Amino acid sequence: MDRVKCVCGHVNPHGTNLCEACGRSLGHNEKTNNKLVDMRYEGVARRSIIHKKSFIDKVWTIFSSVKFAICLLFITLVASAIGSLLPQEKNTVIPFGTTVEQFFEAEYGVFGSIFYMLGFHKLYGTWWYITLVFLVAASLIICSLDRFVPLYRALKKQRVERSNGFMKRQRFFSSTKIASSKVNMTELEQRLKKHHYNVRIENQSLLAEKGRFSRWGPYINHIGLIIFIAGCMLRLVPGIHIEESLAVREGDTVVIPGTDGAYYFKNNEFIVEMYDEEDNKAFASALEKNNGSIIKSYTTHGVLYKSVSETIAGATPELEEITEYDVMMNKPLKFDGYAIYQMGYDAQFSDITFALQKKENSYGKPIGTITVDLMNPERTYDLGDGYVVVIEEYLPDFSLDEDEQPTSLSANPNNPFILFKMITPESPDGETIYFTMLGLLEPNNSQNNYALNYVQEGYDYITYLLVKKDLMLPVLFVGGTIFIIGVMIGSFWYHRRVWIAVKEDEVLIASHTNKNYFGLRRELEKVLEELPLTIPEDQLVDNKKK
Amino acid sequence: MQEASGYLLTIAFALYLVATLFFGASIRQKKAVAIKNSAKVANVGFVITIIGCMFQITSFIFRWIVGGYAPVSNMYEFTTFFGLMFIIAFIILFFIYRLSVIGMFTLPLVVLMIGFASMFSRDITPLAPSLKSNFLQIHVMLSALGQGILAVSFVIAIIYLVKVVDQNVKSKKAFWLETVLFTLFVTAGFIIATLSFTTAGGYSAVFQIDNGEKYIEYRMPIILGPTDGVLVSDTGSDSFIETPSFIGDVVDANKINTFIWSFIFGAILHILVRLITRKRFAAILQPFTKNISADLLDEICYRSVLIGYPIFTLGALIFGMIWAQIAWGSFWSWDPKEVWALVSWLFYSSFLHLRLSRNWQGEKSAWLVIVGFGLIIFNLVFVNFLLAGLHSYAG
Repeated sequence: MDRVKCVCGHVNPHGTNLCEACGRSLGHNEKTNNKLVDMRYEGVARRSIIHKKSFIDKVWTIFSSVKFAICLLFITLVASAIGSLLPQEKNTVIPFGTTVEQFFEAEYGVFGSIFYMLGFHKLYGTWWYITLVFLVAASLIICSLDRFVPLYRALKKQRVERSNGFMKRQRFFSSTKIASSKVNMTELEQRLKKHHYNVRIENQSLLAEKGRFSRWGPYINHIGLIIFIAGCMLRLVPGIHIEESLAVREGDTVVIPGTDGAYYFKNNEFIVEMYDEEDNKAFASALEKNNGSIIKSYTTHGVLYKSVSETIAGATPELEEITEYDVMMNKPLKFDGYAIYQMGYDAQFSDITFALQKKENSYGKPIGTITVDLMNPERTYDLGDGYVVVIEEYLPDFSLDEDEQPTSLSANPNNPFILFKMITPESPDGETIYFTMLGLLEPNNSQNNYALNYVQEGYDYITYLLVKKDLMLPVLFVGGTIFIIGVMIGSFWYHRRVWIAVKEDEVLIASHTNKNYFGLRRELEKVLEELPLTIPEDQLVDNKKK
Repeated sequence: MQEASGYLLTIAFALYLVATLFFGASIRQKKAVAIKNSAKVANVGFVITIIGCMFQITSFIFRWIVGGYAPVSNMYEFTTFFGLMFIIAFIILFFIYRLSVIGMFTLPLVVLMIGFASMFSRDITPLAPSLKSNFLQIHVMLSALGQGILAVSFVIAIIYLVKVVDQNVKSKKAFWLETVLFTLFVTAGFIIATLSFTTAGGYSAVFQIDNGEKYIEYRMPIILGPTDGVLVSDTGSDSFIETPSFIGDVVDANKINTFIWSFIFGAILHILVRLITRKRFAAILQPFTKNISADLLDEICYRSVLIGYPIFTLGALIFGMIWAQIAWGSFWSWDPKEVWALVSWLFYSSFLHLRLSRNWQGEKSAWLVIVGFGLIIFNLVFVNFLLAGLHSYAG
């Protein structure tokens, strides 16, 4: 690659548009009929523009183009929007016994079917969406490298003296016919310094510059984004991101999933609080509309244990209490890189109390009452005097299987079914009665003399918790922080430069900023106030007017 | 105190309207009239705006004291606060640039926003457990500030287009600009329809849908009724167009019905204005934009995006993610509101990249800014109604 020597003597890398030292146009890639210099990236030589031969060069060129980046962003935008039209699978509760496909069809009709068919119900995890994000990351890296290195060099190397052509073709330019003896360089320097410019002077030329660091803003924010996306991608690696859910009934102690049996959690008690007018009179109207029931808070009074024994399958582990903690929303329990979050809760039957009564006397004093613990029911309940209630069959989670046979779906009493025998002195063989969620039923054409009446039920709360371990959180946090700092640096500050050349009988003033010309103009007006020098005009706007 | 908060907001509302007139009057000065006078009139408008803003801030503080949390938790509260941030962004901008025309366009929009917000339930709702966090203040208020600044960029884009689009010919540009302005009429139409049917008329028709599983209440006369709905209230009528199921499955017919009414009223307003003036609405506004440089507008517009974008990113996305991590244990759940915040963010990111090239400055840039703000409004208004998710707090 040939290096290019400028008139001023400086040797530039091949492909440079504007001499790194003096700013003369080297005619490379530049439309010379332009009235203004293209100041983007200081007219430096960029790899993507010079090398276009090999396959790698071609790929590099594509990925370093801002146009390509914008296309990627736009495709990602459209894809993201499509995924929000219907709920994502993981954000919906699919009723038991229906497939995801059936759910989408039943709930959203034809549109739902198509949505499901195209895999949009989990769009954000599809290979092509992840590939898109990956391409965005690649574009970020290559765009930044392609521009940052040469730009850094150019700004580092820039000389104070610039060619006349360079100055005349800046957007802000003025020339004043004035004898050089009347121009006080030191005063100009002082005035510019007052506005926080760094000033360099070399034989009758002046360069004032401030806010150069704002030029690095985009590169900083791109680094932040790259770190953030890398963190998101790494979460797909097994073991880095653990997410498990956990349901614990009051009083139960369970192993915490995802911790390899090292930790246990006990739900001591679960408390739900509701709002009432005592809380705040202003809530009256809202409470009335919600029939007085708006949830104030729910809390799991939990205990965290660590297993201290060798884990043997089936053996009860020896537990050591680590801490008691009230888990609630916005207040997770954190330990050893894990966190436990309060998600929701459910109330479930824990026990039901029945009264045994003679039918003739159904409003009188019962013969006795029994309380059936639905988690662990007794077989027989002896009420004395020959009265015994026996549970013949108990299905905690009643359902009918494919052959229409009764079965239990789980050990949780979600839908308890109990078959009782009431043994009394009158019928020692026992009379049959069923309990279902619909009430107490007698078998058809039975001649029962006795009945079990429902008295009351007890509830247990089941708390739903989420167990998380995410090793990438700090990485994401750092990435996000770097990104936002970069964005702020790039958008709240501006890079401004003023070149002043004092010739024999005229003074040239040119100025450039990467954004906010209005602010620059005001500043120049202040700097040049009451001086016999013409304030630079905005050639872009004036050209339009002509 | 809650009532007082409402009155203060009404006063602010009125003051913004008055200030609009002053800003408008300061522009209509002919070139022959001394500039000084015009600046004075504009300053009066500015002072009135600031006083109105003070009233609104006080109204906000009162409501905060009564409710015990920052009043930004439902549609009414958030939208009025959004309007407040819009005003504050404008005040800062006026300090720098002193352009009356921006005030003249901004204030009516804020008035429209507050009017729109007032159509929703004004109850102080006790906070749900998930919202009990200081991040409610941080995340929501900062997002609103970012959006307020982006709203200013939108106003400037509108002014830019009103100025540069030729109103003497029929063109696509003129049509689309008129369409954008028409959405403001539709918003006003929504306010009129709600006030006349619901607030004053007390209209109500209750239907059973989903084979009697759900009830749905219409608060506006039915044009588009529910799919397989059965009228169960004494009021209301049974004659309407039934929503085809492929639409009804995805979007609530009731909401579409409300939208149709808003559209009808908006259209009537728009037609009236055009019949009386014999001009496009944009053409009526055009004279006010005559004395301001298009390049300056373009620059201010870009700057507002440059300042609004980081604040929006920090408030809506970054703090939103941090809060989601603390509340639900995952910083991102692809909930619709999140997705559309991301979509807006991606759009503005694309915009900032496009601005790097010369041919995307000026008019094209103004159109982009309008689309970007459209996404933000879509996220505020429609996502709550159309797409269910964690953020469905619309009353």
